[in-house]
Amino acid sequence: MRTRSLLVGLAMSAVTAAVSIESVSGQAPAAPAAKRSFDGALIARGAELSAIGGCAGCHTQRGGKSFAGGLPLKTPFGVIYSTNITPDLETGIGAWAESDFLRVMHDGIDRAGRNLYPAFPFDHFTRVTDDDVKAIYAFIMTRDPAHSTVPANRLVFPMNFRPLLSGWKTLYFDRGVYRRDPTRSAEWNRGAYLVEGLGHCGACHTPRNAFGAERKNDALGGGDAEGWHATALDASSPAPNAWTVDQLTRYLRRGHDDSHGTAAGPMSPVVHELSEVPEEDVRAMATYLVTLMAGATPAFARTSPTSLDDSRILSGAAIFGGTCATCHDESASAGSSVHTVPLKLATSIHAPDPRNVLHIVLEGIWPEPGEKGALMPGFEGALTDEQLASLLAYLRVHFAKGAPWPDISRHARDIIQHKHGNER
Amino acid sequence: MMELNVNGKAQTVDAAPNTPLLYVLRDHLAMNGAKFGCGLGQCGACTVMVDGNAVFSCLTPISLLAGRKVKTVEGLGTMADPGPLQRAFIDEQAAQCGYCIAGMIMRAQALLERNPSPSDDEIRRHMMPNLCRCGTQMRIFRAVRRAAQAMQAGAGPTPDRSRA
Repeated sequence: MRTRSLLVGLAMSAVTAAVSIESVSGQAPAAPAAKRSFDGALIARGAELSAIGGCAGCHTQRGGKSFAGGLPLKTPFGVIYSTNITPDLETGIGAWAESDFLRVMHDGIDRAGRNLYPAFPFDHFTRVTDDDVKAIYAFIMTRDPAHSTVPANRLVFPMNFRPLLSGWKTLYFDRGVYRRDPTRSAEWNRGAYLVEGLGHCGACHTPRNAFGAERKNDALGGGDAEGWHATALDASSPAPNAWTVDQLTRYLRRGHDDSHGTAAGPMSPVVHELSEVPEEDVRAMATYLVTLMAGATPAFARTSPTSLDDSRILSGAAIFGGTCATCHDESASAGSSVHTVPLKLATSIHAPDPRNVLHIVLEGIWPEPGEKGALMPGFEGALTDEQLASLLAYLRVHFAKGAPWPDISRHARDIIQHKHGNER
Repeated sequence: MMELNVNGKAQTVDAAPNTPLLYVLRDHLAMNGAKFGCGLGQCGACTVMVDGNAVFSCLTPISLLAGRKVKTVEGLGTMADPGPLQRAFIDEQAAQCGYCIAGMIMRAQALLERNPSPSDDEIRRHMMPNLCRCGTQMRIFRAVRRAAQAMQAGAGPTPDRSRA
């Protein structure tokens, strides 16, 4: 069924592409923007907005120059490399006029007139006001230019045929700046504007359909990010106790909240960038998100469907006792030299699939390079597949009162293969 | 009684199943290479190999080790005949106080057995969990690189000690 709907969709896309490709045009080279032409306050505002948008997160590869692109983004359709957005004239966007930058943010069309893949979240950036886009432009155009050509995308046919994107846009792209909700407070609207627009939270936290478009009827209902589960941020939030605005603000700015968990995986660079954003902006985002999550059912109400006497659970409990309890024992954490989130409160253990817990158990949690932060060692290789499955079954049943997750070993193999694949 | 395979030799130890491997190595088997540092998996001084992977022996209860192969720094060579990685650590004078070194060597050994020609970036990332408080990280790094080159040129990462 999925294959057939994919084919039908592609055919539709091709037809729409043929119709709309004519409307997209390239632009003649313009004089590069001079560094001095921007106001300092505008650049500073652009820096904050760029951090909210996480521009550096995607447009910088590990160990590479900031904004010089080249980070591979693995999608179900192949690998897309982020572009060089430094103001280098030849390999970056140094020749782009402000109007080009507005068009790419609002319409997803680059200076040469090509449609960009929605890996660049123009479906969110279209909500950003002209003034904010101009501030980001001022910030980006005053960065150090890096002369660096990024690798060509490696996409499967027919996704490598760019004009199909016009069709995709006709079907899924809802253009236009954020419209405020007059029944809500200014802070709530500010938060909604940032979450839905520049923050593009839905790019990971909303599930996507077979064509890689966000499912609008399940906005922020939980999605995927680089092999991690991006937790639901609506009423289906799995967090065992409801987020407050203070807690979520702290988590987003500091990467940690004692009653929910520590930001890890793809969320780690996000909170790293948000740490540099004015608190009132992050608080506004938290205000909006907390209202979306209102009504989520606390997991404490659950009773465990699986008996703790199950032999696998008992063996998992023994592994926990010898391997994890030194730091995570519920009774010992007070006064201990380590500070851990009580596991019965950790969102990851209440999540619908085991990927986040597996990532954390196998790879540990590490601070961003050069930063302070939570540190948990990884246990890849210390546990056999069977031991890992027992441990996760115990964590799930004991701490979340949930049924053990299925397919733990398969997920674990995917994670290990993905990790070692990236090292080569 | 628990059965363990350490450096290719079967060992029977009289210890509770939840005893950390580190304590069994040091207290029962008199192998003092692996060190107790933090007991929390935060420093790496206790690192040994299990089935080819670097693990924290302080956080590995022996109940996890049935049918698995443990390798410690004692398994890589002797004072008189050090293995290639140990040789490289000596040649680079990578130890200052030396407390972290057995753990460093075992973590590096796990890398070189899986990937005999790691890039500098791979060495750095792989060695990240192990700390050195004296500050000889650059010498340790050079020793790992030197060992990789030496192993490429001649001996494999695990020389056959049975001939000795």
